Amino acid sequence: MKEVVVLSGKGGTGKTSMVASFAALAQSKVLADCDVDAADLYLLLQPQTKQEHEFWSGQTAYIDNEKCNKCGLCEKVCRFEAIENYVVDQVSCEGCGFCSQVCPVDAITMRENMSGHWFISETHYGPLVHARLGIAQENSGKLVALVRQNAKHIAEEENLNYIIADGPPGIGCPVISSLSGANLALLVTEPTLSGMHDLDRIIELCRHFGIPALACINKYDINEENSRQIESYCANQKVEVVSLIPFDNVVTEALVAGVPVVKFSDGRVKREIENLWQKVSERLTP
Amino acid sequence: MIVSVASGKGGTGKTLIATSLALTLSEKNKVQLLDCDVEEPNADIFIRSSITQSYPVLIPIPKVDEAKCTYCGRCAEVCVYNAIAVVGKKVLIFSELCHGCGACSYLCPESAITEEGQEIGIVEKGNSGNIELIQGRLTIGQAMAPPIIREVKKHIDSESEVIIDVPPGTSCPVVEAIKNSDFCLLVTEPTPFGLNDLSLAVEVVRELGIPSGVVINRAGIGDSKVEEYCINQGIPILLTIPLETRIASFYSRGVPLVNGIPEWRGRFVELFEEIKQKATLPGSPLSLRGLSRTKRGNSAKQSS
Repeated sequence: MKEVVVLSGKGGTGKTSMVASFAALAQSKVLADCDVDAADLYLLLQPQTKQEHEFWSGQTAYIDNEKCNKCGLCEKVCRFEAIENYVVDQVSCEGCGFCSQVCPVDAITMRENMSGHWFISETHYGPLVHARLGIAQENSGKLVALVRQNAKHIAEEENLNYIIADGPPGIGCPVISSLSGANLALLVTEPTLSGMHDLDRIIELCRHFGIPALACINKYDINEENSRQIESYCANQKVEVVSLIPFDNVVTEALVAGVPVVKFSDGRVKREIENLWQKVSERLTP
Repeated sequence: MIVSVASGKGGTGKTLIATSLALTLSEKNKVQLLDCDVEEPNADIFIRSSITQSYPVLIPIPKVDEAKCTYCGRCAEVCVYNAIAVVGKKVLIFSELCHGCGACSYLCPESAITEEGQEIGIVEKGNSGNIELIQGRLTIGQAMAPPIIREVKKHIDSESEVIIDVPPGTSCPVVEAIKNSDFCLLVTEPTPFGLNDLSLAVEVVRELGIPSGVVINRAGIGDSKVEEYCINQGIPILLTIPLETRIASFYSRGVPLVNGIPEWRGRFVELFEEIKQKATLPGSPLSLRGLSRTKRGNSAKQSS
């Protein structure tokens, strides 16, 4: 069983549209939506939820006003500026528990946070593990790890060949959690200066964690000069650019229709994505 | 006034809006543009400031003086992040898990723990005309963006108009970036992804008690559900930018919209006037936001 994670650094380059198409093209796979902040893959895969689980993670401090003697020590020790006038700002609190440890009158308790939900669903194209982090919650990295763990479990139980994961934007905590230990990262970029800057950082991140990477340039024809620069940059970085996908509004039309673009139209975009999955799967099965 | 530019979904045009708004305002005002998308800071690609100052952001990581340590295990017991383990006569520190809260060093009965700074990123400052750019940059391989965002926001000058470029998503870095804004612009695109992620972003600003309005970018590309949603939810649509090859082309080359097509400046002036009318005024009850909400039970409804 091999795992590919689709990343980009910059958001909105087309990760989810690509993953949904791979879902339709690949045989024997489980899908994992690792963008737990803004999970969108379900919009293209129309899942039937089979299991729903709560995600409890992290703590928040609560001050009991009856017990509090207003000594102010909690406010003094808190490095996250989460306590003011003996009231905890629930959003700023990082749940470290320092305040409750030092409170001389035991007025502070730490309570577990219900930080979101995760799901195991069935789609036309196979099982999907996905999640929804609670609004303004922490620990997205842990929720991503849980999604991947469950996807792996399903792949092992059902003897599936691939885990195809849709990653979050950025290079921080949830991205590291999506990437670590994967067999391959597919980097979806676009020929804009922002896309190029962010590609550079995600390539460096893959190298940092020793994960092999392939790149594809989405909407390559919105700036062909930039696309050529990306190709030569990637050649220098020893990251193979395996596909150039043209801009076509059919991708958005498929999204509005709620189906993967390869199931929606027969044009060039479909052929390019088929070719891309071919290359990705060849790389996964040596 | 502090205006943050957020979106939920990535790639909807936050940086395009933030940079054009900053440039337009800078014709008459002192402006600070804070790039709080510290994982992928892109605002300076458009602003092209001359970065003149750069300094590291450190978080305090514990260091154990083995001569004083009695291996009592108190530090490991108080660390909720599992960043310290005491195994026999050895104290192991996992710095990538440490949040730098300081509980271990304060509570060590032998005063055997001191802290030393570990670099997790940098903050850079530069100027371009009337704009002061302040950006954070997370070091590759580091996980924690919020301390860098907090450091960027320490530079906020109340004499300036402050524009904050927010990272995508809805979790801790987003909250850290938006917190204490007077107004939040939510940039979206008229597609099912744009709508789904806009509705999440709306939940975040409501949770934080910050007034908001929507910018629809690439209008014409998808469907009309975003507009219907905004009308139903009573959220004003303050600006609409059409899907145009010319706009996309300027963006791809790092040219700000209002420089590439100067006619847009007027629209950004109007946008800021509308924001001023809708923003929280200092001293109003809403400015006490953030102090008494509960975290429990406000989260996640099933999304599918």
